[in-house]
Amino acid sequence: MLAHQTPTERPASPAPLLSLRGVGKAFSNGVTALSGVDMTIRQGDFVSLLGPSGCGKSTALRIVAGLSSPTTGTLDWHSEPIGQRDLGFVFQEPTLMPWASVFDNVWLPLRLRGVSRSEAAPQIAEMLERVHLTGFENAVPRELSGGMKMRVSIARSLVTRPKLLLMDEPFAALDEITRFKLNDDILELWQDRKLTVVFVTHSVFESVFLSNRIIVMAARPGRVHGEFGVDAPYPRDERFRTSAAYAALCRDASEALLGAINASHQSSRVRA
Amino acid sequence: MTAIDQAASVAIDPEETRRVRRERAERIGRWVLPLTIMTLAILAWDRVCVWNEIPHYILPRPGVVLQALVDDAGLLFSSLLVTLRITFLGLALAVAGGVGLAVLFAQSKWVEMSFFPFAVVLQVTPIVAIFPLINIYVDNQTTKLLLCAWIVAFFPILSNTTLGLNSADRNLRDLFALNGATRWQELWLLRLPAAMPYFLGGLKIAGGLALIGAVVAEFVAGAAGQSSGLASRIIEAGYRLNAPRLFAALILISATGIVIFLVLSWVSHMMLRRWHESALKQER
Repeated sequence: MLAHQTPTERPASPAPLLSLRGVGKAFSNGVTALSGVDMTIRQGDFVSLLGPSGCGKSTALRIVAGLSSPTTGTLDWHSEPIGQRDLGFVFQEPTLMPWASVFDNVWLPLRLRGVSRSEAAPQIAEMLERVHLTGFENAVPRELSGGMKMRVSIARSLVTRPKLLLMDEPFAALDEITRFKLNDDILELWQDRKLTVVFVTHSVFESVFLSNRIIVMAARPGRVHGEFGVDAPYPRDERFRTSAAYAALCRDASEALLGAINASHQSSRVRA
Repeated sequence: MTAIDQAASVAIDPEETRRVRRERAERIGRWVLPLTIMTLAILAWDRVCVWNEIPHYILPRPGVVLQALVDDAGLLFSSLLVTLRITFLGLALAVAGGVGLAVLFAQSKWVEMSFFPFAVVLQVTPIVAIFPLINIYVDNQTTKLLLCAWIVAFFPILSNTTLGLNSADRNLRDLFALNGATRWQELWLLRLPAAMPYFLGGLKIAGGLALIGAVVAEFVAGAAGQSSGLASRIIEAGYRLNAPRLFAALILISATGIVIFLVLSWVSHMMLRRWHESALKQER
């Protein structure tokens, strides 16, 4: 499956796509989810937001998606602004309509844009083939495994061919073997479709395997603790996953995360 | 299918054998037990009548009731038809009104907060107490009865459908928003399907209530001597001390209620069987 991939040359510093500048988010219950967050996502990036729970990584993702607006600071698009309709979003759970078939679930984003069933059929067939679900068009979510449901969710998020894909801990609830497989698949889709991906996770190993950049976040209040480049060539496959280089990168990233967790504890102690 | 084939070829241990035997016994018992008890009860009823020499105008023997059901079939079934017409029209109006109001409530929290209390007031006030008013305001006999059946039946549908419309998955609603869904699209493609199991649950309750509403309304109206449904047959039989016919009419009403419940349960099962937990067989 990975054989036909060729290493993609990515320019040293691609054009920035979007920036968060001094973004803060406070809720009426007194919780400060984010405070002074600066980050830039470049075109073609596979960025992971890594951090302990409560560090506001999901909130940051929702702000990028336009599902939530920042209390302070701004969200800036550098080239043409990407509206909500040009981005794909994958939730923590598969979030499928339980009454609808796999086909109808993947059709949904197109249907909401007024694309008829027959017009959408070729795109849906292609997308289902990409996530290895050909033949399951008429199954309902209930009949699928957790991994297959997540594949449907990914197919649905990409069927409109968005440039930007936002993923909120999509594989957290899956077993390791399924997760590895989906990690391979998502990298393949990222390269083939020249996507920009923002991937929220609390797994060091997942973030190192997938991303070219990791933004480590700390909690209470949610903030950027540091940034971490993953200097390993793509395509990354099973060999990379078992290599010493991967182990070393994971160790470095773990240390960065540990620093963020300690910083979170300190700030909570100060507040207490 | 392959799983079953494998199971057949594997030797079954005693625990599994016991489980299979228990399941089979339960399956048979589910039908045999209630039928046996029912038969015994009817037998006991018959014996009590004979042994105590109870006159048939106080408590008729089951055979006499059955005879009355056969002899008066023309009269009773034409009355049943009148009652059924009110019941189903009332139920249909309750579905239209209940779902319509629920959809209206779902459009805005403010509308729901403003009008839901009225629905509760209608629900908790006994229909028998409201009927004299309806009797004053409404002339048409059918309209009177329909109004009663409707008032009794619409609340479970309204309440359940409102709950269902508000129970659509939060993330799915975000997804609809992300894809620029209109209010109408969200209602039609997300909230109504999500409300379906709740609505069907309400419908099962409302089916029985519509029958009760229709019969109660006939009773109250019948007392004024203007009705021809099953309830008026019961009142009439009561006046004449025709206990066998009274029992026959009663049995007919109960049987109708049971049939309505079974039909609505079946409809609900057929609509939900592919996706909803409540309609799925337990997998082992």
